[in-house]
Amino acid sequence: MTQTAEYSKPLPRPTLISKPFWDGLRQEKLLVQRCRNCGRLQHYPRPHCIVCLSQDLEWAEMSGRGTVYSFTVVRRPAHPAFAADVPYVLAVIELEEGPHMSGNVVGTPVEEVRIGLPVTAVFDHVTPEVTLLKWRPAG
Amino acid sequence: MTLPSLRGRAAVAGIGELKPTRYAEGRTVPHLMLEAARLAMLDARMRPADIDGLLVAPAIMGAPVTFASMMAEYLGLQPHYLDIVDTGGASAASQFIRAAAAVTTGLCQAVLCVTADALDPSTFYTRGATMMGLPAAEFERPYGPMGANSGYALIAQRHMYEFGTTSEQLAKVAVDQRTNACANPMAIFYGQPITIDDVLNSPLVVDPLHLLEIVMPCTGGAAFIVTTPERARESGHPVVALLGAGEACTHASITYRTPMTTSPIVESAGRAFEMAGVVPANIDLVSVYDCYTITVVITLEDAGFCEKGRGGPFVAEHDLTYRGDLPLNTHGGQLSFGQPGLAGGASHITEAVRQLRGEAGERQVPNCELAFVNGNGGILSEQASLVLGRIA
Ligand SMILES: [Zn+2]
Repeated sequence: MTQTAEYSKPLPRPTLISKPFWDGLRQEKLLVQRCRNCGRLQHYPRPHCIVCLSQDLEWAEMSGRGTVYSFTVVRRPAHPAFAADVPYVLAVIELEEGPHMSGNVVGTPVEEVRIGLPVTAVFDHVTPEVTLLKWRPAG
Repeated sequence: MTLPSLRGRAAVAGIGELKPTRYAEGRTVPHLMLEAARLAMLDARMRPADIDGLLVAPAIMGAPVTFASMMAEYLGLQPHYLDIVDTGGASAASQFIRAAAAVTTGLCQAVLCVTADALDPSTFYTRGATMMGLPAAEFERPYGPMGANSGYALIAQRHMYEFGTTSEQLAKVAVDQRTNACANPMAIFYGQPITIDDVLNSPLVVDPLHLLEIVMPCTGGAAFIVTTPERARESGHPVVALLGAGEACTHASITYRTPMTTSPIVESAGRAFEMAGVVPANIDLVSVYDCYTITVVITLEDAGFCEKGRGGPFVAEHDLTYRGDLPLNTHGGQLSFGQPGLAGGASHITEAVRQLRGEAGERQVPNCELAFVNGNGGILSEQASLVLGRIA
């Protein structure tokens, strides 16, 4: 629990709808909603499919592989808690299954990151309760 | 498709704008709104009793429930039409469209549209912290986004990747706008010219955007009064009318927008030009939202001033100053005039009105008859496009 007290960056507050996504990350699984009616993948999670309005949604496990769709190097902290991290990479990741997600690319110098870079999911257990999804270069 | 038309049915009676300052120095948002509103009423030769509509917009920190009626009371108005308009940076342009619709349909006669912001350095880090339950708080904030800065940086990076746009081309926008600001004593960066090297040598804040490509938040306010063309004529100024209007919103977060480099300006500007019955080549003044250099480049592309992807070479090839072949943001734009919260987006309207009236002084564009104004909110999310013109 000490770890929780020390982690001062913003944390997600899972909702009734999104809790399975965050529970999945804790178990090192990347889950995305899939509509059983029209087959569409939907991220972020919502109470229904925003295309066909079906409430019949399931959680589909993604491969954890994707590419960098775009990125930026944040060189000044947006929040005091990120001061020790700059420069860091904030990216939009395109999952190989299609959906886009926000995340950090870690485990590589910021100069090495480029659009199209293949990346793999990293499950960062930042507190006992919360696991954040990050990305590192594949292979 | 034939759009229900606002063309030529509403006009600007008066404008008021404060010289931006960095910090509030004790002034509040209501205080700034009143100062700007007073100037607009004086400019329109109107008194509070002549105003029967009020549209306000939130400060960046937000606004309480019933903010519009609080401001009506503070202004001494008893309107028949009032509301708070929030389309982010596009709010002022959206106010114009709603005011024109209200006047056209007879809900009221004269709508005061007002925006202001008071910057307090102690609150930088707490902005937007109350988004509990909104997806951005849950799925983006844990990763350290730098507000709008990182959103537009993602767009710029992708634009460079797809189209070969360069930092030199983006810097040209900031440099030409600064030249314009140096002809505008109201601009916060008046008297401080910059070069492309200055921009490229300024620190990278969020790659690929440098400090001088990023708008500086500040304090100020703006107001304008929308009424019928007949009543606008009583102001004694040349009449500037709304000829075309369009809005569009395709997303909130840029994370989920594909293609990331194309904005809903395609739709909002398309509708505005169609209503006005003109094309970009007819435009004498471009007065468009410029929170970042990339915003201007993408706006020029998506509004049809150049081909998609050609925005970089286009701004490099054209002189965007008030004496140039494509006068753009002649007041300096938000990048050099200043961005007092949502009043930053009003500055593109007030400048267009000045230019179309022929009241822009040293920086007057010769024979300025038609202006394209664009308001942009969020991360290229919500757009309000206007075609304004001087009418006989
Ligand atoms: Zn569906």
